[in-house]
Amino acid sequence: MATAAASRRLPASERLRRSLGNGRISAILILLPPALILFTLFVILPLGESGYYSFFNWNGYGAPSDFVGLENYQRIAGHSVFHKAVGNTVKIVAISLLIQMPLALLLALMIFRKTPTNAVFRLIFFLPYILAEVAAGLIWSFVFDGNYGVTATIAQSMGVDSFFILADRDWAFVAVMTVIVWKYFGFHMMIYIAALQSVPEDLIEAGRIEGAKRLQIVRYVQIPHIKPAIIVSAFFAIIGALQVFDVIIPLTNGGPSNQTHTIVTYLYTFGLTRLNIGFGSAVGVILFVAAITVAVFYQRFFMKGDKA
Amino acid sequence: MTRGHLLRNILRVAFLCLVASFVLAPMVATVLGGFKSNAEIRTNALALPESWNWEFYGSIVADPAFWRYLGNSMLISSVAVVLTLIVGAAAAYVFAQIKFFGSRMLFSYLLLGLMFPFATAILPLFIKVRDVGLLDTWWAVILPQTAFSLSLAILLFRTFFEQLPKELFEAAYIDGCGYVRFFWRFTLPLSAPILATVGVFVFVQSWNNFLLPLVVLNSREVFTWPLGMMQFRGEYVTEWNRTLAFVTLTLVPAIVFFLAAQKYIVAGLTGGAVKG
Repeated sequence: MATAAASRRLPASERLRRSLGNGRISAILILLPPALILFTLFVILPLGESGYYSFFNWNGYGAPSDFVGLENYQRIAGHSVFHKAVGNTVKIVAISLLIQMPLALLLALMIFRKTPTNAVFRLIFFLPYILAEVAAGLIWSFVFDGNYGVTATIAQSMGVDSFFILADRDWAFVAVMTVIVWKYFGFHMMIYIAALQSVPEDLIEAGRIEGAKRLQIVRYVQIPHIKPAIIVSAFFAIIGALQVFDVIIPLTNGGPSNQTHTIVTYLYTFGLTRLNIGFGSAVGVILFVAAITVAVFYQRFFMKGDKA
Repeated sequence: MTRGHLLRNILRVAFLCLVASFVLAPMVATVLGGFKSNAEIRTNALALPESWNWEFYGSIVADPAFWRYLGNSMLISSVAVVLTLIVGAAAAYVFAQIKFFGSRMLFSYLLLGLMFPFATAILPLFIKVRDVGLLDTWWAVILPQTAFSLSLAILLFRTFFEQLPKELFEAAYIDGCGYVRFFWRFTLPLSAPILATVGVFVFVQSWNNFLLPLVVLNSREVFTWPLGMMQFRGEYVTEWNRTLAFVTLTLVPAIVFFLAAQKYIVAGLTGGAVKG
């Protein structure tokens, strides 16, 4: 403390000289560039190249030379599988908002208080989230397997013909969404629990004394209090829906007949595995625009007043 | 406790147990499946095995490839964590400690990574990694992963560093300690909680990553465990018991790690989320 006080007593000119002098500039030049270089090289540059490559028909070898203008974008816009992929992404958002988040909120309200039993339930519900997506996809492809898996057992014990939900054009994506809810509801629940624990207990107590019913307390005290957390978790649900990939590969790999693609599996299947670098880059650009639009829109309409 | 209260509590616990069984059933079936013969899995996927068959677990544990996959993942994730912590903290330190022209702009620039998904740039990334000759090496995974982790790391680090007492720096400065030395000697040691939070977050992301290794790694010698697992699944398509044993053996480290680092994982996920 004594030295701190001493530093404040230094004359202004001396402080200026010291702050300009040794260490300051060199600190900037030593500590900042590694981050800037890595980030530019592996994040920003590839992003810019996505935009550039998207105007070429290019298989990735040699320099891109076959300039095709907006043709890649036109092909994507007219591709029914891409429409399906976008539709599936919207479905994931819808299921997140309408089923996953309400379920998470309900569970959070039930177990947010710190008791030993609640801690156990919290751990169980959070468990799927800590598993790798690929592992989750594999586990559920076993569950849905009508030949050798859990579905086979169930069908057999009920004496009905086995069914193959992952091979069914109409139902495969329902199965995928089940896995997504299973995997992520615990994450949203944890966000709500953290927020609910910060609601002052006397507020709830005061409501109770004034004769408010349990539901009224939820409706008028707890939910308004955790509204920022709900808004953030919805944001995560939407951004997450744009990125779904790992789960799909072991489950359906985009099939049957391309019914279960998301934007990223579409990019991977039609861009990378076929080495259509230009085409895939155009999908990447579309994904980028979608993500930025969501972020900006969200910032503007829901996160007013919050810090950036 | 009134009767209405009791009834409500029973309903509550019943509902919680229902959801818990929805969550646990697939995992339990997976763990048990590794002990069953394929014929048994087919007719009895959910119950305890008739006889506990350790053969499938044993054969995977005895397979050097399994350990190589885990080792590769461990190495990649560890290096990515160390790089992210050092490079990210260094940059965040500059933004927190030194005011200079353009600092706000550079800070915003480095946060751009929070705005869009990793997959957006995966194709050019593949091309770049291939052109610099890193394809099929660990660095092909480590460097892009570190770069993409930097945005969140720098955001969280800067907030934390700004809350460290300013007097400390002034005192050290009087004693002739420069910015860089202060960063190593004081800022980093004092920031253990946030380093742990970010480190755990980056580790989990890297450990579970699938898309990037899938795109840049080709040979089984350098495979991470998710790739190894998919490879294994492909080899034993109809033998679920082997795949299930494999999956179970990879779940174990994840769950142990989670229980050990629970505090930091939850803090990283929800704290980062709630504070935006």
